Amino acid sequence: MVSSHQQQSSPCGRLAAAWEVLRQIPDPEVPVISLCDLGIVRDLRETAGGLEVVLTPTYSGCPATELIQDDVRAALAAFGEIQITMQRAPAWTTDWISEEGREKLRAYGIAPPGRVLSAEAQPIRLVHRASLNKLACPRCGSVHTEKLSAFGSTACKALYRCLACQEPFEHFKPI
Amino acid sequence: MSQASVQVGSSPQVKYLLRIGDSCLILAQRLGEWCGHAPILEEDLALANMALDLLGQARALLTHAAHLDGQGHDEDQLAFLREERQYLNPVLMELPRGDFAFTQVRNFAVATWMLLLWRRLQSSTDPEVAAIAAKAVKESAYHQQHAADWVVRLGDGTAESTARMAEALAQLWPLFNELFDADAVDAAAVALGLGPSWAELKPEWTAHLNEVLADAGLAHPKASAYVSAGRRGVHSEHMGHLLAEMQYLQRAYPGGKW
Repeated sequence: MVSSHQQQSSPCGRLAAAWEVLRQIPDPEVPVISLCDLGIVRDLRETAGGLEVVLTPTYSGCPATELIQDDVRAALAAFGEIQITMQRAPAWTTDWISEEGREKLRAYGIAPPGRVLSAEAQPIRLVHRASLNKLACPRCGSVHTEKLSAFGSTACKALYRCLACQEPFEHFKPI
Repeated sequence: MSQASVQVGSSPQVKYLLRIGDSCLILAQRLGEWCGHAPILEEDLALANMALDLLGQARALLTHAAHLDGQGHDEDQLAFLREERQYLNPVLMELPRGDFAFTQVRNFAVATWMLLLWRRLQSSTDPEVAAIAAKAVKESAYHQQHAADWVVRLGDGTAESTARMAEALAQLWPLFNELFDADAVDAAAVALGLGPSWAELKPEWTAHLNEVLADAGLAHPKASAYVSAGRRGVHSEHMGHLLAEMQYLQRAYPGGKW
């Protein structure tokens, strides 16, 4: 997603420079990855007085949404007037987290999300805990892990424990 | 000091969206009440997280309803400055949180209903509604799975948990009827392509409910003919108390922020 925008904008130095700034802005809740790694920067356009940044929210109720907008405005202040457009469709999915972002999450101790099934392919009904795919521990790699809590410290994460190395870890939920 | 109330118009589109948006808002308020009171820390997190998702969905729908209403109101004015009869959520959402069994049975019933509703709203002719639904449907799927897990765990648990689940089901059963009650607002939404008639969701909802209740070893309560009327603004005695707490700050300190 992001790389295609970069190619489109590469002839223009100003946009390329702005993308470079955006790639440095950390996500406020998971600061080890950038907003671009997270896949929430959907577009960047030049306007008469500055730039328009198109962002998409992760979760409907993500409390970091406003903070992210402020961070983007502050980081790009040198580019003139910054207009932020929130674009809801198509809905953000963890599939847009870059490969680099997934590696950074793992290195930070957060198990990255697996690939998301299309909404139609997902069973509507509950899946028993035992039949869920085993998640690999981001520290020791063992798949001998168990879910402690379906919801974690932020809307996007669940809490797990590794039964091999005994360490608790977070999992970025596929959505 | 107090803040004057706002009123929304009577267009069926606005009403249809407020019925859903208010459902999210009021249930979020009830789930938020669990924070610090859940039986285990993980549930404190889960219920607060689900409340947050619902609040986000409510914000989006209230913003859009206010836009369609065309009186220049915003999400905060609709959330905090309407009077009781102007809230259009089914009565089910506003009932006090009860015990943990009551909360999980309600969450399961509502999340299943919302999941079916959001799925259909994804093809709404209103692109903003379709976009809100495409995001919310993913969140509701997590809510539904989590609540279904608890329904099975408690229904198929100890004598105490099974008895509490049976009691919660018996109390809630008559209130489910309102989720599938068809009326002129629904008919208008269908005609406009805005969204489905709620009645249309019933067969699928019932099938999911039956499946999970069977897994939990819980029996169906007897069918009831009672239909509550929260969708038309006629609420239970609990709604005023809920609103008093929810609205207090904005009424007492107009425009207050932190």
